[in-house]
Amino acid sequence: MHPALQAFVVILVGVGGCVGYFYASNLVLDKILFPARGPHAGRNINRASAIRPWLFLFPALALLCLYLAYPVFATAWLSLHGRSGQFVGGANYIAMFGEPKFAESLKNNMLWLVVVPAASTAFGLLAAQLTDRIKWGNIAKSLIFMPMAISFVGASVIFKLIYDARDAEVAQIGLLNALWLKFDGGPGSFLFLKLLPFLLVIAFVVLAVALAGYAAQAVAQTRKDFNGRLLAGGIVFALLVVLYAIWGAVGSLWGLVMWAPPFGQPQNWLQLPFWNNFFLMAVLVWIQTGFAMVILSAALRGVPEDTIEAAIIDGANPFQIFFKIKVPQIMGTIVVVWTTITITVLKVFDIVLAMTNGQWETQVLANYMYDKLFRSLDWGMGSASAMIIMLLVTPILVWNVWNVRKEMK
Amino acid sequence: MADLVLKDVEKAYGEVKVLKDINLDIKTGELIVFVGPSGCGKSTLLRMIAGLEKISGGEFSIDGVRMNDVPPAQRGIAMVFQSYALYPHMTVRENMSFALRIAKKSQAEIDKAVDKAAKILQLTPYLDRLPKALSGGQRQRVAIGRSIVRDPKVYLFDEPLSNLDAALRVATRIEIAQLKEAMPQSTMVYVTHDQVEAMTLASRIVVLAGGGIAQVGSPLELYERPQNEFVAQFIGSPSMNLMAGEITGTGAKTTVRLANGGMAVSAVPTNAADKGLPVNIGVRPEDLVEAAGKSPAEAIFTGEVEITEALGEVTLLYFRRQGEAAQVVAKLPGIRPELRRRTVSLGADPKKVHLFANGTSLLYR
Repeated sequence: MHPALQAFVVILVGVGGCVGYFYASNLVLDKILFPARGPHAGRNINRASAIRPWLFLFPALALLCLYLAYPVFATAWLSLHGRSGQFVGGANYIAMFGEPKFAESLKNNMLWLVVVPAASTAFGLLAAQLTDRIKWGNIAKSLIFMPMAISFVGASVIFKLIYDARDAEVAQIGLLNALWLKFDGGPGSFLFLKLLPFLLVIAFVVLAVALAGYAAQAVAQTRKDFNGRLLAGGIVFALLVVLYAIWGAVGSLWGLVMWAPPFGQPQNWLQLPFWNNFFLMAVLVWIQTGFAMVILSAALRGVPEDTIEAAIIDGANPFQIFFKIKVPQIMGTIVVVWTTITITVLKVFDIVLAMTNGQWETQVLANYMYDKLFRSLDWGMGSASAMIIMLLVTPILVWNVWNVRKEMK
Repeated sequence: MADLVLKDVEKAYGEVKVLKDINLDIKTGELIVFVGPSGCGKSTLLRMIAGLEKISGGEFSIDGVRMNDVPPAQRGIAMVFQSYALYPHMTVRENMSFALRIAKKSQAEIDKAVDKAAKILQLTPYLDRLPKALSGGQRQRVAIGRSIVRDPKVYLFDEPLSNLDAALRVATRIEIAQLKEAMPQSTMVYVTHDQVEAMTLASRIVVLAGGGIAQVGSPLELYERPQNEFVAQFIGSPSMNLMAGEITGTGAKTTVRLANGGMAVSAVPTNAADKGLPVNIGVRPEDLVEAAGKSPAEAIFTGEVEITEALGEVTLLYFRRQGEAAQVVAKLPGIRPELRRRTVSLGADPKKVHLFANGTSLLYR
């Protein structure tokens, strides 16, 4: 049969099947099971309309069970079996937790989980606020949103070119190395590579301390009847966080002072352990910022104008208006955006596969699973890692759905 | 303590001037009401005083200090919005203390101010609630409380009652009057389109029309001595009847022969040169009385009653329109539905008959 004809027949059978199912099932319900006549006509009509929604839901529910629910249980079952199909119990999980590559994936995933949603949401919020009132704001927004239309693999290829390295003698085609080679150890290099990061780290510490102090103050102010012991615990915890941040900052400041940058040598950015994770994350942040911006921009537009005017009259400056009036009013949306991106991040796979394939300490869980499943053909281990990913995603997903429903009310 | 002075203030959006030549002198302790039809710029004028809109021309000062370029927070004003504009994520206490917290006042000072305002407005039991857990009237009280807490020199109200239902509106109106009574030194500017609010609350009313001030005066001054036809018809409900005519007799009393065949005598004095001047006479519906026994040529108006509306204390008579002339309405005391479809002659006390030439009252020549 001609392929076009074949497609036509498939469409006909598919659509016809659907129409036939709904028609026939409703016919059975109305004419045979609960006919709307005879002594129980009223009761029959009520029963029929109670059952009818399930007739319509049934095909979707059945397919969802077949393609979503069943695989979950099948994967769980598979994860308890060895390479040659024998039942091994929890051995796969134990072996996995002993593997350094798995620990690395878990650690990297945590890093992704903290950095990408935070950076995407922050940049998205910033872009949404900055483009709100200007004439060319919509053009700027379209440009920032554009990466959403690019597949993760396509974006990875673009960024791979940005990170590309050639020999020092030939011209660099990678943007980052072309910029890097401009640094020669002169005053400009000192400014950008020593002073600026130095100041940024200090600013970060100041910000962290201020935030912790502000939070403590806010808690103390608004919750007078707050449980004293809980309050004390919170303050101790905040102090610990601040101390940890300062300790980390001092360490990185010392490292920065001691650091002798390899000027004039093109760098293989994707092979610098630890830092290469951030070069990979940049791809996802680049894509997700647009998503966050669009949603948050709509939310910002929904903030009633007169609450902002009231705040102006109350003497709030633009920063206070943003952080104390606007952001609290769109907090629900921010949480939804944050958790949605978090879920995307936990599943991140294509970017790592396309750029480093988990080499140079960039492995993540999804790529680890792919390695086990399709490269080592170890179904047990692969399924076990899939289960771990699902366990990590589920609580965030539940929270996300809960927040979305709260927003819709 | 605040005197507000507006001098030649104007507002333009591009080429379009929505307000021009606004000259106004507001004294300490006055409650000034801006009224006018929708789109007359009354809210814009209030927002210019608040600093939410830029002043395009002229000068605005509080206590002699030029305010044109002073940010809203430093003008010593507080504003109550039509939609309350409460911060939905803050409790009543946080809403009321926001300005003081921004100003970095001490906690003791903030608590004192909030508790005092809450007491005045009977909001003490609700201090820890969120705005969504309050009724409309309570929300509006919180909005007022938010202003009181700041102890401003000038209170600005932007149609504060229009989102409330009728019964609550009357109650809140009285509350605002009591608030004013309790704070005799504070100056208030109040925008409304409801003339009952304007008449009951104002020390002086500013009627705005067509981008300018039509008249400024005490409520009764506007009612008894309107400067022009617009103010005459805008104040009072139903609005004043206007009838065209021509001056036939001048002197301490003026006689007008009306186009509808009737005749009116007004206590507005005219001089001999005015003879033959085309004028409109204005008589409020409540000032029209039955002129039994007068011939149509002696009465102000004679016509057939088309519709009666008996309100109990008064009965409104709507007369059949005669040609191009506007409909005449009379408000007679008592219950008079039997006048429907009857022909009635109306007269009026000469003191209650206003005279307008070219739209302006002859009283103010």
